[in-house]
Amino acid sequence: MAFFRLHRLAAVGGAIVVLFVAGGLLAPWLAPYDPNTINVQATLQPPSRANLLGTDNQGRDLLSRVVYGARMSLFISMTSVGFGAVAGVALGILAGYYRRLDAPIMRLNDVLLAFPGIIVALTIVSILGKGLENVIVAIAIVQVPQYVRLAHGLALSVKDRVFVEAAVAVGAPDRTIIFRHILPNTMGPIIVQTSLLIPGAIMTAATLSFLGLGVQPPTPEWGAMLQNSLQWARLAPHVMVIPGLALMLVVFGFNVFGDGLRDAMDPRLRRMSGTPGGMA
Amino acid sequence: MAAYVARRVLAGVPVLFLVVTAVFFAFQLIPGDPARAFLGPEATPDVVERVRRELGLDRPIVVQYASYLRRLVRGDLGRSIMTRRDVSLELAAPFLSTVKLSLASIVLATVVGVLLGTIAAVRQGSTWDHLASIVALLGISIPVFWLGLLMMYLFSVNLRILPSAGDDTWQHYVMPTISLATFSLAFIARMTRSSLLEVIRQDYVRTARAKGAPEWRVVGYHALRNALLPVVIVVGLRFGYMLGGAVVTEQVFAWPGLGRLLVAAVGQRDIPLIQGILLLFATSFVLVNLTVDLLYGFLDPQIRYR
Repeated sequence: MAFFRLHRLAAVGGAIVVLFVAGGLLAPWLAPYDPNTINVQATLQPPSRANLLGTDNQGRDLLSRVVYGARMSLFISMTSVGFGAVAGVALGILAGYYRRLDAPIMRLNDVLLAFPGIIVALTIVSILGKGLENVIVAIAIVQVPQYVRLAHGLALSVKDRVFVEAAVAVGAPDRTIIFRHILPNTMGPIIVQTSLLIPGAIMTAATLSFLGLGVQPPTPEWGAMLQNSLQWARLAPHVMVIPGLALMLVVFGFNVFGDGLRDAMDPRLRRMSGTPGGMA
Repeated sequence: MAAYVARRVLAGVPVLFLVVTAVFFAFQLIPGDPARAFLGPEATPDVVERVRRELGLDRPIVVQYASYLRRLVRGDLGRSIMTRRDVSLELAAPFLSTVKLSLASIVLATVVGVLLGTIAAVRQGSTWDHLASIVALLGISIPVFWLGLLMMYLFSVNLRILPSAGDDTWQHYVMPTISLATFSLAFIARMTRSSLLEVIRQDYVRTARAKGAPEWRVVGYHALRNALLPVVIVVGLRFGYMLGGAVVTEQVFAWPGLGRLLVAAVGQRDIPLIQGILLLFATSFVLVNLTVDLLYGFLDPQIRYR
């Protein structure tokens, strides 16, 4: 029963993830209106047939803004986690494979791990400045230590396996060993890790925008929409409820989908991979 | 045990030193002149030049780093650009405020989380288990600031039964504590459930049952005692994160803590203040981790000899 329930939940999560990705990619075709068109005749309207999710304080269609917000979330999370994964896996494997590099890389990694993700992101934004590109850089750097830790451990354990010893014995160069033997054997856990880190990246991006340090208005972004809703929630609660619900649904979807993926690929990973996504 | 304690304490020192170094050099990357930032746009060039010399900004970076370390050892964190006061003075009261909120939250998260996880594990597969699992899943998925906003809208704006900002009375603690605790609560509940499920299948639990111990004693004494070992680690880690993760909660509820100060400092690019806050965060985080390590070594003798 519990087994069945888990898989059903994972399927629900998978469906949410697919909806989110499709919605983000197809936003220009799915959104009924332009997300930035102001209509002073119809501000703070509740959901209706013309505006399925209502309108905000400037009369902008909320459904269109939520759909474009998904596009923004998708873009930020994919790029930042992608960059973070490439850099982190490379550093982690180098640290695991070359004994000389182990201490320097892992100690620097400890520095990044000594701060909650949101603090690291805030610090980087304070150095680089606000805005979309800097948010992506900041969130990418937040992901790096998670990948370094995982890839380092995996590289260390794969390095001692017989097929690597055999490759060393026949005189294969380091490059071949790393790309042909070590990297492919780390991919499974790294894919699982990625599915568990994406919701955290989505949440961090929304949090930065909510704090006014990320994506700037009027760009439709869920965190920025919530910041804007503060003044209007009393008159029209839906402007506060809808963007938050979208954010929660997507993070929930990724969390249960990632859990399911982890259990399906390797139950032993339960102990190895990082924390589930969400606020640090 | 003494050797174990010494080893753990010494392991924290290089991390802190690296944090200090990283925090110093990271902020050298900022474009612009710190002396100009300190004085504001109206200052004349020769005044800026004089302050540059006074602050030692005209000297080589390595010399600046050395004097930064010397001042740190004396507890001198520099002066805030926003308020012109010593950073260490600026940090004291907000730090205390954040610690109080974090303590309240970790207590709530631990008590409710362990309870929820235990119920779910003991009644595995029942409606209670499903309910607890769903609450835990929602808890790790809900955005902290959104939960805060919803509570504020409901309890402060609509029902008018709880204050929305500040930290004066116990009523002020209710919403920020719940908001900060939710993620950790869910996390601890999940951890307790899986840990307890593993332990409950062990031989000594069956032995306890076989000898006729009542069920509450089997779970509460024999099983839970061992199941809570990994939970201790999670609680400690979550507490360390809370000290920093309070940023969002503090912002929503205008809580006068370190997180709110950090957001203000980042907005104003008050670099000495940002550096001071980061060092304080890192130090508390390392100290909390050290305490967890020691506690764990104390609770589980096997760890000490690894």
